Amino acid sequence: MRHPLSKFFGGLHLDDHKSESMQQVPRVLPLAKQLIFPLNQHIGLPADPVVSIGDKVLKGQMIARPGGSISAAIHASSSGEVIAIEERPVSHPSGISATCIVIATDDEDTAIDASVLTDYENCEPAMLRDSIRDAGIVGLGGAGFPTFIKLKPTPGKVIETLILNGAECEPYITCDAMLMQTRAEDVLRGADILCQAMQARQCLVGIEDNKPAAIAALQAALQSHQFHHPIEIVSVPTIYPTGGERQLIKVLTGHEISAQRRPLDVGLVCQNVGTAVAVADAVLKGQPLIERLVTVTGSAIKNPGNWVVRLGTPIQHLLAQHAVEANNDIIIGGPMMGFTIDNTQAAIVKTTNCVLIQPPQITKPAIPCIRCAECASVCPAQLLPQQLYWHARAKDFDKIQDYNLFDCIECGCCAHVCPSHIPLVQYYRFAKTEIWDREQEKQKADRARERHEFNLYRQQRKQQEDEERRRKKKELLNRAQGKTVSETDSKKAAIEGALARAKARKDAMTSAPKNIDHLAPEQQRQIDEAEARRHKQKQDKV
Amino acid sequence: MFTAIFALLALAIVFGLLLGYAAIRFKVEGDPVVDKIDAILPQTQCGQCTYPGCRPYAEAIAKGEAEINQCPPGGEATIQALADLLGRDPLPLNEEHGEHKGKTVVQILEEQCIGCTLCIQACPVDAIVGAAKQMHTVIEDECTGCNLCIPPCPVDCIVIVPVEEDLQHWKWPYPAAAAGDKI
Repeated sequence: MRHPLSKFFGGLHLDDHKSESMQQVPRVLPLAKQLIFPLNQHIGLPADPVVSIGDKVLKGQMIARPGGSISAAIHASSSGEVIAIEERPVSHPSGISATCIVIATDDEDTAIDASVLTDYENCEPAMLRDSIRDAGIVGLGGAGFPTFIKLKPTPGKVIETLILNGAECEPYITCDAMLMQTRAEDVLRGADILCQAMQARQCLVGIEDNKPAAIAALQAALQSHQFHHPIEIVSVPTIYPTGGERQLIKVLTGHEISAQRRPLDVGLVCQNVGTAVAVADAVLKGQPLIERLVTVTGSAIKNPGNWVVRLGTPIQHLLAQHAVEANNDIIIGGPMMGFTIDNTQAAIVKTTNCVLIQPPQITKPAIPCIRCAECASVCPAQLLPQQLYWHARAKDFDKIQDYNLFDCIECGCCAHVCPSHIPLVQYYRFAKTEIWDREQEKQKADRARERHEFNLYRQQRKQQEDEERRRKKKELLNRAQGKTVSETDSKKAAIEGALARAKARKDAMTSAPKNIDHLAPEQQRQIDEAEARRHKQKQDKV
Repeated sequence: MFTAIFALLALAIVFGLLLGYAAIRFKVEGDPVVDKIDAILPQTQCGQCTYPGCRPYAEAIAKGEAEINQCPPGGEATIQALADLLGRDPLPLNEEHGEHKGKTVVQILEEQCIGCTLCIQACPVDAIVGAAKQMHTVIEDECTGCNLCIPPCPVDCIVIVPVEEDLQHWKWPYPAAAAGDKI
């Protein structure tokens, strides 16, 4: 029924260094005094705290709810009191702090009442998905993608096969191997529940052949217990990075999935074995994701092994069990894809699978690329690492995307084989984050442009409106003034008329006497005489 | 011979009409280069380039009136992008217009604000809310860090704060290049 095993391109055979930490069964780490829960332990938006300082919380109580559609809840991993919600160092390559909920444990470890679903095979898929979501389960393989989102049915897509990833290809890390060995039934039970939750027909468990004990344990569990979906355990060749999602799918099914597509497009969903155990715990025991297996190993410590660690435990507390010296490198994750941290006060989070302690490494200085193309021959994504390197170096971010930078899974094979010791992955990470940042900046600039244009439009509109208002006001005023003008005119005319009349009257009054017209000659002679006398008197006076 | 002349004349008329129609039908409104330049500029609207906003500067560049190195907020990356777009040589940032600094936003010291609304009028992206005789505040997500609101403030209650790096915006640093590693 199954496709014969395929081989993916490239990859490396590495010294696995797994036996060191496989010598004993996982030990249970004593409870720490303080538990620190960063709000962002997963891909997506940070969770929103639902507790405040001073609140008493119980083991398994939700302390932060999902902050958006792609987000996950966070639960207290022991009982105690919330003493702070503040910036604390987190295990992140940047070393910057992030908001964390800090709980002081009370050593009583009182658990909250849990609801369990024992007959999961008869449950509605939605009910199982809800219980997985409420348990805050994310992909425990390293990426931390919220699990319930992967289980949601997509219209038009049928999930054929659940691929359970137990490859654990990176050297040193053994937490998944140990989990399969010690909790084989829970791994398969979790897979069975996941199949039910997404209505998958079957499950394939892919395990690298350097873990024979894990394969044997799962086979035994498969024989001795009853499961509701066909499960097959497949041993795959040990080649780094078989644990990559697309690589494992290629090996198990022969499907090569391009970057633009998702495994879902060919009816596949990939989950980690640790996630399966968390799902089994959540559904069958009602226990949310509050603990995980963490490998503590490396060549700089004695007595390496696996620990059952409550989430939120400071890394310092874990290292104290191994008496780690201060000058060593502390790497979160494996030697290929992990990152060094400086501050051991940071907490173990959902995605912390391994704490690797190595003696301080002297990085060999990078020398020029000689274009040997070793990197291209090992790249499991079939990229051209040297081309990506040139363009990342030159900060030519358009060109680097033409060479499919975002298909890079940062497995580190290229840098591992590089004879010039060029830190290739660092260049790719730099380019990726720079491109994301520029995209965000661009979106922000677009929004600023929109707001500015609206601001200008509004100002212009206001100006127009003001002008309009002024014009109207002026018009009104003018009309009012027009009225007064005609009034003054008529007044003026009346005044002028009166003046003219008065003048005429005055003229009439001051004109010659009217009784000198039509005089008789006698009267005329008397007047002339009188005038002559007046004239004579005037002359006499002079 | 006349056939040939007529044939060419007919062709000329047909193509002339076709081109004339195309010129009307596919007329490009505005200058598309301005839009492209404007898309590269950081849209802080700060006016440090001496133009009253990013779009006027884009228009000036398109006309050839301004150099491509007058935008301090955009810095080297913007100059490089403009040089690529316009096929010019990248120039170092013109210091006269200011220097490229880290991202900042402004904050209003709210207890000192007298509610005069002068900063609201100065903000090119409407990132300050408030009303007359009411306390004002800056919407930090929308603030472009242009600092145009600072000079009008009569009580000097607006301060510049650098944008702090958080996990969502953290970038891997450029790997320290070793000596002798040349392209």
